Amino acid sequence: MKVESDPTFQPMGDRCLIIEFESRVDPEINARVRSVARHLLTHPIEGVVDIVPAFTTVAVHYRPEAVRDGPPSESPYRRLCRSIERILAQGIARTDVGARVVEVPVCYGGEFGPDLDEVAVQCHLTPQQVIALHAASPHQVYMLGFAPGFPYLGGLDSRLETPRRSTPRTKVPAGSVAIAREQSAIYSIETPGGWNILGRTPLKLFTPETVPPCLLQPGDNVRFVPISAEQFNAMQQSRA
Amino acid sequence: MSVHVIKPGALSTLQDLGRFGYQRYGVIVDGVMDEWSHRAANILVGNPESEATLEMTLVGPTLRFDDTTLIAICGADLSPRIGEREVPMDRPVLLRADTQLEFGRRRTGCRAYLAIKGGYDVAPVMESKSTYLRGGFGGFQGRALRKDDTIAIGRSDATNPYRSLLRMLSANDDPFCAPPFALRPRSVPDATAAQSVRVVSGPQWQRFPDAAQREFLDSEFAITPSSDRMGYRLQGAKLAPREAIEMISEGVSFGTIQVPPDGNPIILMADCQTTGGYPKIAQVASVDLPRLAQMMPGQTVRFELISLDEAQRLYLARQHDFAQVLQSVSQPQQES
Repeated sequence: MKVESDPTFQPMGDRCLIIEFESRVDPEINARVRSVARHLLTHPIEGVVDIVPAFTTVAVHYRPEAVRDGPPSESPYRRLCRSIERILAQGIARTDVGARVVEVPVCYGGEFGPDLDEVAVQCHLTPQQVIALHAASPHQVYMLGFAPGFPYLGGLDSRLETPRRSTPRTKVPAGSVAIAREQSAIYSIETPGGWNILGRTPLKLFTPETVPPCLLQPGDNVRFVPISAEQFNAMQQSRA
Repeated sequence: MSVHVIKPGALSTLQDLGRFGYQRYGVIVDGVMDEWSHRAANILVGNPESEATLEMTLVGPTLRFDDTTLIAICGADLSPRIGEREVPMDRPVLLRADTQLEFGRRRTGCRAYLAIKGGYDVAPVMESKSTYLRGGFGGFQGRALRKDDTIAIGRSDATNPYRSLLRMLSANDDPFCAPPFALRPRSVPDATAAQSVRVVSGPQWQRFPDAAQREFLDSEFAITPSSDRMGYRLQGAKLAPREAIEMISEGVSFGTIQVPPDGNPIILMADCQTTGGYPKIAQVASVDLPRLAQMMPGQTVRFELISLDEAQRLYLARQHDFAQVLQSVSQPQQES
């Protein structure tokens, strides 16, 4: 059995603390982050108002006046740390077993993927090879952040590693599928952005009226499926 | 019952105590910038503190109330008036039906809060009435108020808990009446001099060299014009870390002071993203965030380092004060 190192606790001001596992982006560490976040969500601690898993950390937002556990002579921060340590010490089961696979159709290149050709040149590949490698990569959602429903995906084929664009675009359309360094992402709403855009999905990633409001969840496996512009238009019309 | 928007003001949005519980989906917290003024305004009209208020920035709106309505205004003094008469702040004010509330010159602060007895009757999105401007949802149709908007007001008894106000109102022809007591949330700075803002050290504090730590604490920083509900960009000493810090994005919150590569610190405010990838040198003590929220571009801040224990003590003491005020206001008023 692999020995897992103990996480560290750090205050981020008087209403939030950060639990850090190890400081490198890694699927195993991220799986631990997600399991702990899931556990803290399903076994709520009094006073905690938000649990925010990221790549290697879980941020725990709390109301100091509502933290009940522990002697009142100690600060709410210390008492909350102790509650969480107790929970972690009991051992937390990995919750990713049997995680779902979500297929995300993408129309690559053309007006939907303005950076496809440039990425191909940078990686010494043809655009068709870039599409094939991107669609074949075992993507997994590490975290949601930056914008509502915006997933950071690990698992990109290392032959597709490229830096971010030196000048970010002021507007990236919703649904844009993009890569930067060793990750992929999907722009969930129109925002400024500096990632290299390979294509676009007709799927809607964020719908505030639904529960949960996001198409993707941390831990989901994502398979990109290339589609034609005609298929893209047909799917977008059937959505409207 | 409803309120009609005659003029929208510069930026008037509905906000409550924030949309917590959805940050893991990348949904930001939003909520009021000045929590104390918001809570005081709600307490004064007998609303739950979690009810939405109208956050009005720099230039207030013109609003018409079609029914007898109990309101309270706290925070920045934007010269509220009805006709020629000044409307007192920090007090419950009972308005006669068909009264028009206007605002004038900004005297102090940056953001005023208007609470209405019964609350603004808008559907919560993800359990909150806060407006998320960039996301286009929450609050009133996901946006700031516009001319000709009509917002419904929740049903309630406008004279509860102040029975005597209705008698005051019917005793004369005044457009409104207010009792003599006030509840001052004290978040609006009295002077425009540099404000001392208390901070606790952030997760990457140690990774800034002594010189940068000293400059952070010993010099003044100006709030630049490109400051808004998302963040205050500061200008002053440039804070270079010991070596380039390769950060992995992690949670941030209202009050986080991060230092991007250019060395100019940014204080993240109520509309900040859920995660960030810049080193965090410090975090503003929650008890001082409302004062910061009332500061204007051009004003200067000075940071004072306190311990986390001290920050939590100050915060709990403030919570205790509020709980006591709430208790005294919610006592049933004596009928005379």
